[in-house]
Amino acid sequence: MSRLPFYLIVGILLIAGVAMTAHRHFQFEIPWLPGEQRQVWEVEAMITYNADEGPVSVDFALPSQQQGFRVLTENTASSGYGLAYQADRFGRRANWTTREATGEQQLYYSAQLLVAPQARAEAQPPPELASATAWERPYETAASQIIERAWQRSADNATFARELIRDVNGEQQGENARLLLTRFDATELIVRLLHQADVKARVVSGLVLKDGRRRQTLSPWLQVFSQDESQQWLFNPETGERGKPDNFLLWEAGGQAVLEVEGGSNSRVTFSMLTHSQPAAAAVRNHGSDDTLLNFSIHSLPLEEQALFQTILLIPIGALVVVLLRVLIGIKTSGTFMPVLIALAFIQTSLVTGLLGFLLIVAVGLVIRNYLSYLNLLLVARVSAVIITVIAIISVFSVIAYRMGLNAGLTITFFPMIILSWTIERMSILWEEEGPREVLIQGGGSLMTAVIVYLAMNNPLVRHITFNFLGVQLILMALILLLGNYTGYRLLELRRFKPITDDEPDT
Amino acid sequence: MNWLNNWTRPSRLKAKGIIGMNRRNIYYIGRYNDRRLYPLVDDKLQTKLLAQTHDITTPALIGTVRTQFGVKRIASMLPRHAGFVVKPAKGSGGKGILVVDKADDGGFAKPSGARLTLADIQRHVSNILSGLYSLGGSPDVAVVETLINFEDSMMAYTHEGVPDIRVIVFKGYPVMAMMRLSTAASDGKANLHQGAVGVGIDMASGHALRGVQFDRPCQRHPDTRHDLASLVVPQWDTLLNLAASCYEMTGLGYLGTDMVLDREHGPMLLELNARPGLAIQMTNGEGLRRRLDLIEEQPNNLPPAERVAFAQRHFARQSELVTPAARRSV
Repeated sequence: MSRLPFYLIVGILLIAGVAMTAHRHFQFEIPWLPGEQRQVWEVEAMITYNADEGPVSVDFALPSQQQGFRVLTENTASSGYGLAYQADRFGRRANWTTREATGEQQLYYSAQLLVAPQARAEAQPPPELASATAWERPYETAASQIIERAWQRSADNATFARELIRDVNGEQQGENARLLLTRFDATELIVRLLHQADVKARVVSGLVLKDGRRRQTLSPWLQVFSQDESQQWLFNPETGERGKPDNFLLWEAGGQAVLEVEGGSNSRVTFSMLTHSQPAAAAVRNHGSDDTLLNFSIHSLPLEEQALFQTILLIPIGALVVVLLRVLIGIKTSGTFMPVLIALAFIQTSLVTGLLGFLLIVAVGLVIRNYLSYLNLLLVARVSAVIITVIAIISVFSVIAYRMGLNAGLTITFFPMIILSWTIERMSILWEEEGPREVLIQGGGSLMTAVIVYLAMNNPLVRHITFNFLGVQLILMALILLLGNYTGYRLLELRRFKPITDDEPDT
Repeated sequence: MNWLNNWTRPSRLKAKGIIGMNRRNIYYIGRYNDRRLYPLVDDKLQTKLLAQTHDITTPALIGTVRTQFGVKRIASMLPRHAGFVVKPAKGSGGKGILVVDKADDGGFAKPSGARLTLADIQRHVSNILSGLYSLGGSPDVAVVETLINFEDSMMAYTHEGVPDIRVIVFKGYPVMAMMRLSTAASDGKANLHQGAVGVGIDMASGHALRGVQFDRPCQRHPDTRHDLASLVVPQWDTLLNLAASCYEMTGLGYLGTDMVLDREHGPMLLELNARPGLAIQMTNGEGLRRRLDLIEEQPNNLPPAERVAFAQRHFARQSELVTPAARRSV
């Protein structure tokens, strides 16, 4: 019998699990530790305009995931307006529409942006070269001279753009530039000059993020593409500096208008922003809008189901602990996975209350079950009677605890009653057949296992890892499969078989 | 570091060839015991009927009771003047076994002398049918069989209960054997962890090798004070042949066979176990590993007698017990 398929399956599970986990960590910046903080920017855009007493359509550019930032959530406040989100290759836009609007109007859009150093923008198509529009007479020579000058002092598109910006805006500004600036806006002029030199470029709009700022506006930046379009650079048109500063948020990156209002006038948009830190886990929870099959995540479910899964995903941890304790240590438990269910109840009740409640229920249950055995009942009827007894015990204890002002006592209802009944039944049979000693061994073993399982499942790190990294489930599966293959001694067997080795001299 | 004295190292167990639970489950039970064959041994009635078709001696079947209705008519089935045993077909660990030593017109008597009426026996049978003694409490069948007339020579080694002989049969080869002697501590039951004495038996001769109670070596039976060194299982070869042929009967590769010795019929098969425990290694003071490894290399298709001969040739051992005469001379 070849074990190859077995190790193949274990290997595949391990690799897939590790890969999925690593993917979640590196692609989505989900931290390994639950306590880590993540910086989140809240940016609010306020659009104001005067409506012309008629139908209005407002088209507004929205930020997308980009280098350094990831969009977590977005909200709008715009009563009386219809709202639609659109996305095309130039970026995402929001479109507000209304049939009738009068006077000054205000529309709000706010976005939560996670600072994510590893985030990358989706590749965007470079703009078409604008068809060469003729310059008027004096400007044509000035333009070609500026291009000529910058071209000679540059090696590629990036350095050419830098030289051009310096010539137009910087200290190298000459007569030619001054002449052109009387007629054209600086940024537009640079783009036009670039296009004339066959360099693809466009104006994009961005926001410099500073905590607590209000009434900020977007600033135009230059996006320049390399000749083969494989690279692109961002330039500050004021200084000619290349690259995107960390606190710079690209709002509109497609070269389109940021705000277009039909049926209104005097439109403008201002931004206010603030930053705060929030636990990474909470930041992670707001992901999910862009989940594909690969980053398949529980977080795309509604919150209530998420809470349910948080518990369900812990059960494999409990199973692993039980397998470890049984296969490697050799602890006897009553009912293989009963301790896991008891541990789940402990999570609800807290440990001390849970232990006390468990002992109370089982002890009283055993006494009553002992009487039931005199009645000589069939098994199903007997266990059913025990179930009702357990419910009665739980009710009585809850009422007593409540009357005594012990609210913790009420959590006793979280115990799985059917499982408890079977535990009582099994322990009772064990008592009759093997005596109280065995009941203590197995009951104590079960309780100890339950406590260890509880400690493992209630650990914040374990909860964080199992909930946020589904790949861990595959790793757990592989580990359990491997343990199922373990043929060595159990720890307690080293004690059990000790007398055999006694008669031999210690070597 | 006193408590460390109670523990040993894995390397030393391995050197002794001790098999642990995990290895037993994966290597032997998992590989050699087809789960579909388990009902043959878990249901004693099936085992018994199967044994009859294979000419394996078992206590003779008097009858079975399958319905509560049949309980009423049990009197016509019971023997008039001889003893009998009532047991649950799916019971385990000797639970629910009622032994009736003598029957006369006035009623029935247990070995201890306690008297029973017919109604007592009917209640016991009814309990068996409702699953009081069966695994998981499933409905059961009561089996009535003849009483074993226990071999007299063994009486000195036991307190109340019937000593049985467990032989581990691997691939049809008897591998290791022990005898379980009930004591006062074990309350007449042949259960090792309740305090019965386990005696390792030499495969070649049927001589006692070593006695163990509560995992500690012992020289004598704690109640009868009889020396274990002189213990020899009579008709040892027949017993081994009987055990070995259980392999053909069930098809289970790793099997625990429990036998008893009857005064008239010799060795008899009492029950079979598809998951025999590991305590036999303690009573023999030796691990199973070496013997099982040797058997794994042996051919599959030998007749039982040759397999027994092989085992007797290869697994012979010297007794560790000292006879009283030898003890005096020391």
